[in-house]
This record gives sequence, structure tokens and C-alpha cells, in this order.
Amino acid sequence: MNMIQAINSAMDVMMERDPNVVVMGEDVGFFGGVFRATAGLQAKYGKTRVFDTPINECGIIGVAVGMGAYGLRPVPEIQFADYIYPGMDQLISEAARLRYRSAGEFTAPITVRSPFGGGIFGGQTHSQSPEAIFTHVAGLKTVIPSTPYDAKGLLIAAIEDNDPVIFFEPKRIYNGPFSGHYDRPVQPWSKHPASEVPAGHYRVELGKAKIVRPGAGLTILAYGTMVHVALSVVEEQGIDAEVIDLRTLLPLDIDTVAASVEKTGRCLIVHEATRTSGFGAELSAQVQERCFYALEAPVERVTGFDTPYPHSLEWAYFPGPVRIREAIKKIMKD
Amino acid sequence: MSDATSRPNLPPLRLHVPEPPARPGEEANFDHVTVPPAGEARRPAADAAPADFRDLAYGLVRVLDDDGRAVGPWDPRLSPDRLRTMLRHMALTRAFDERMFRAQRQGKTSFYMKCTGEEAIAVAQAHALAPDDMCFPSYRQQGLLIARGCPLVDMMNQIYSNSGDKLMGRQLPIMYSEKRFGFFSISGNLATQVPQAVGWAMASAIKGDTRIAAAWCGEGSTAEGDFHSACTFSAVYQAPVILNVVNNQWAISSFSGFAGGEATTFAARAVGHGIAGLRVDGNDALAVYAATEWAAERARTNQGPTLIEFFTYRAEAHSTSDDPSGYRSANEGAAWPLGDPIARLKQHLITTGEWDEERHAAMDRDCAEEVKAAQKQAETNGILGHGMHQPFDTMFEGVFENTPAHLLEQARQMRDEREAAGI
Repeated sequence: MNMIQAINSAMDVMMERDPNVVVMGEDVGFFGGVFRATAGLQAKYGKTRVFDTPINECGIIGVAVGMGAYGLRPVPEIQFADYIYPGMDQLISEAARLRYRSAGEFTAPITVRSPFGGGIFGGQTHSQSPEAIFTHVAGLKTVIPSTPYDAKGLLIAAIEDNDPVIFFEPKRIYNGPFSGHYDRPVQPWSKHPASEVPAGHYRVELGKAKIVRPGAGLTILAYGTMVHVALSVVEEQGIDAEVIDLRTLLPLDIDTVAASVEKTGRCLIVHEATRTSGFGAELSAQVQERCFYALEAPVERVTGFDTPYPHSLEWAYFPGPVRIREAIKKIMKD
Repeated sequence: MSDATSRPNLPPLRLHVPEPPARPGEEANFDHVTVPPAGEARRPAADAAPADFRDLAYGLVRVLDDDGRAVGPWDPRLSPDRLRTMLRHMALTRAFDERMFRAQRQGKTSFYMKCTGEEAIAVAQAHALAPDDMCFPSYRQQGLLIARGCPLVDMMNQIYSNSGDKLMGRQLPIMYSEKRFGFFSISGNLATQVPQAVGWAMASAIKGDTRIAAAWCGEGSTAEGDFHSACTFSAVYQAPVILNVVNNQWAISSFSGFAGGEATTFAARAVGHGIAGLRVDGNDALAVYAATEWAAERARTNQGPTLIEFFTYRAEAHSTSDDPSGYRSANEGAAWPLGDPIARLKQHLITTGEWDEERHAAMDRDCAEEVKAAQKQAETNGILGHGMHQPFDTMFEGVFENTPAHLLEQARQMRDEREAAGI
């Protein structure tokens, strides 16, 4: 399966297993979603379980919170992460706090799916990576898969989770892993081992990172599309790096991260989101707090720049192979 | 300076900034309020088309006339026992407010909000809804809890954030959560509960349930985007929900003109959304009951949502932190043309020979005693400011279903710091 098929399969499996799972969002019903992630679900489960909504993100999230309070397990889609902002009050003030403020009387077991990230000439409003806005909110979990296998297992775990989960899907790698070399053809997922996806139910536990490439000289922390870009640099350059795919940003698997940096003594953080107050800042702070005496060099960050995502200058903005390579050289110098 | 081009043949544009009819030091003025006679508004069938409500969205449904008689097609014909119970719940709500307002002034809690003058809305609506219909209130519908039988002690424990507070001191006073009484957790963020009520109602419909939902917000909060979201979603999916707008004329210091009420009514918002809309005398408990019963029947028979504007007046300050003498005429409350909801229901019962002054005075004494006794009991659980009534590390619990490692670490750090500091 490619990542879209894996995500579709996760919803299919969960709708089959749990009659309280409902899927909703703009164009997700009859049409099956602008990225085809919900294709076929309405025909299979009916209009009252998979339905189109008005173009109103505040309403989509607000209604999902109310359904969650009733006892359903809604999986709302926000068409692009760039458009999640009208729903922010409902996410931050309501979904994230409902369990806490009601001392567990009411909960919001919702999973908000949303395609995110750039590298697709999406310009300013089809490319953003707003994960740090959500990791800053107490009460939300933030999950970002990087392979079809993880996407299905993590999405099933997210839907089964009784807390609100923000599930960001890196749309650049919906159809195949992206090396960061935009001038080379992208390999389809079918050539990648993680495209082997079981048809039935399985979970990839939330809050657990994955070491996707073991190494001893340097730890690279990444998630989503950037896992593949970092991996391709490491392979091309023959660097003995340990690449960790965080998979869940909150709760963060800091133990796996710290153990790796303790071993390698060096840490590079890669994300596509803008730099200042990005999730990399939190990672850098925690690595510094926990691994200070093991560090052989300052923790480095390769990120998007602190600008809106530009259209024609995309490949200058994107934290691609050249920038990652230079950062690795700098860290390894000492 | 702007670089606008000058067009000397056109008048300069002017920005209209609404201004209430009377400010402090001025005589109250309600000339803009039209009060049609009781009994005049028609009562449509519960399955009438949303397009047929234009007159009702601009009119005013009233049952009790100036002599306290129930007249017209909206008279819900309630038994005297039911009316006396409603009257008592309204009086108890007012007595509760009085006592808790004083508790705040005595420093026993940080904050309180009264609903004086608006008791008929929450209380009569609670009587008209089924006990298991789900309510999504704002912070001024404490009458719902009282009418549904929530123990006053439990409400006070929350107000005091004491050891009996089942919200564990996490929430500002009056932000109750009472699932067992169908009362959704109150949020400080205005109007968020309105689309949530629509979602709850949609869920009920998805599951083929028979329960309906109701939401309340003030007229000020209708200006929030969430209100528009709620109207749109409820209309699109024909959700079994009642959207109640409590128009008490004031949003803190801003009169209803700042919510867009100068040239139209809030019930008229229903017309554009394709929802049945009613505008109701909010100080007339019988009209409130009848409109709610009607809307509930409409929702329960899959005829879709209803938006009801309850026309009323916020007789007292917005909250214990507010002083209305800074922005509105001092005699506005007395001049309010729809009177006082308790006085009007009392008059109706006396007019029909079902009540008298003696019984009313005795009821008021009973209510005051009941509230006082509850207060005494609640205060044995502590009051705000007298130490921590909950173990401090409970603050880390319930953020998630299972407390994750980073929160356990922060709790441990806090314990260590307190231990080191000798606390």
C-alpha cells in the first residue's frame, strides 16, 4: 500500500470494528477526499457514518467535540493543516481541556487528520507544518507517520486512544518516500519494505520513536518527510549516523532519544517547520538537559526558515540534502 | 495621512458606532422596545417549514398578560402543582445567587455570576425538556441545575474549590460540570458549546437515539464565529437541537447593538439560516416553557433545529468583578418593560387562586433556609484561600487518560522542590 491506501485502510478497519467511529470533513464523503484518503468509505458504511461537511473548520472540530462527548469516536479531516486555524479555539480551549476541566466526566476522543508539509509547490497555504502549535497545548497528542506501515498502525492507535490526537500526514510522501532530490524521480512506495501493510487490525503504539537506521557517530532526529531526506543524505555520504523517526511528538519518547545521544555524543535535529520556537527547540533543550555531559558538539537544527513558505523559492526554503550535509560536516568537525 | 483621492462631489463616509439609548446619569429609555399584547403570536404546527417563521422571529411570543392571566395559543396549560414547583425553583435560584454573591464579597470565593431577572429561562426550560436531554449551557443557566435537582451543596463545593469539589479545584467558580444532570462542562470560551451541542444532537441522530440537545448563549456571544458554525451545521444536518439565545441586552458593558441587534432581532438570524425561529418573552415562564416544549417536539420528531431568542434583561452586574453603574442608566432594571419573571409567575398563580402572599413569603423563607443550610454544610469542606483542599499533585492528573512520562516527571520535580523547601 502507499500511504494514502494505508490511511484509508486504517479508517476502514476501525469503522468495521467500532460502530461509534464516524468520518467527516470537506469533500470526504461521496467524493472520497481531495487526496482520496476516504475513497469508498461512504459507499461501504453509509452517509451517516462518512459525510461531507460545510466549509467551516470551527464547526467541524466543534461538532466532533460534541459527538465525542456523546460517546462517538469522530475522525474529522481538515483538508490542509494550513486551514486548521479556524478550528484552533475548539482544539485548544475545548478538545484539549475537556477531560481536565470536567475531571473526567466528559472526554473528546477525536482524531483530527490533516495533510501537512511542503515540497509540493503548495506555496504559503498548502505547505505549512504547524506541529509546534499543537505540541505546546497540554491535553493534545501529536502524531506524524513517515511510512505506510506506521501510518496505518499509528492512525488505528490514535482512533482507539481516548484523548484528542492531531494526526499530521506528510502529503509529500503520500505516494512514495522523498529523498529530498527534487530533480530525481520519486520511487513509489511499492519498492519500500514499509509498504507491506497488513490488511487487518494492528497498532503502532503512540509515544514510541523508532530507530530507522542504527549508527554510532551522530544522532539525527526527524519525523515525517524529513526522515527520508535525512536517510538519503546519510546513505549517500556514508555517515555512521543513527536516524530516529520520532513518530509521536507528544508524548515524546525522550528515552530512545537520550539513549542514542548518550551513545553518539552528537545530535542533529531536522524539521521542515520554521525554526524559531519550532519543535526542534524543545528537542534541543531536552537533549541538552539530559545529555549535557555526553555532548561532543553543540546540538544543531536544520529547519525551514522563519518566513512564510514561498512558492517559486521552495527548494531554497526546504531543508534539503545540501543543508543537512553541511550541518553534519559542522557537527562532526569537533 | 491617507493617500485617498478626494472626490469633492461626494459626502465623506462616516463610521457608525452604536450607542445605547441611555448612559449613567440619564433616564432609562426603552422606546425602541415593542411589546405586543400577550396571546397575540400564532402557534404554528411543530412541523411547519422554516420559511414560515418570519413573523415569529420578529414578533414576541407572550402568554401572561398584565393582569397575570394566561392567554392565547401558546398557553402550555400546566397544572398548578407544576407552576408552583417552577416558581419555587426560580425563587431558589435567586436565593442561591444572593447567598453566593455575598460569599464572594466575604472573601469565601474568588468569583460569582448571578442570573437575576433571567431565572424563568433556565428553570422553565428545564421543566419543558426531558431530564435526559443534554444541556450545553453558558455560565448563566444555574437554574437548569437547580430545577433538575442538583444538590446545592455540590454546586457550592465547586464555587469554594474545596475538598468536596469534584472538579478538584481546577475550574473557576460556577464553571460546573454535571453529567448526571445532563449539564455539559462549562467553558470560559464563549459560544464554543453551541456547535458542540449540534454535534451531540447529530450523534444522537446518528445512533437513532431519542434524546435531543439544547445550547444556550448570550446575545453578545452570537457574534462569535462558533454561533454561525452551529446554525449552519444544525440546518445542514437538521440536527435535533434547540439553540437558545438569551438576549439580556448587555454583554458586560456593551449593549446588544454591538452584537448586531440594532436593526434586527437575534431570532431573525434563524431566517437566513433556514431554521425555525421564535422570539419569546424571557420573563414569562409560561411562554418560555411553551416555546421550549414546542421546539423539543419539533426536534424529537425529526423536524430539525429551532433557534429561540429569549428577550430579557440582565438585572444585575455582569459578575462580581463588574459595576454596571459605569456604563448604563441606574434605573434601567426598574424601567424594563417585561418586568420580573418571579413576580409575574407569582401574580399568575395568585390571579388563578392557586397562591397567596403568605405562601409566597413562606416559600422565600424556606428557600433562604435551604440555601443557608447547604452553605453551612459546604463550608465544612473548606473555602477558597484556606489552604490547599486537594493534594497538589492532582493537578497533573486528568490532562490525559493516562498521565504521560513528562507530566510524571514534572510532578516528581514539584514534590522534590517542596520537600527541599520544607513545605
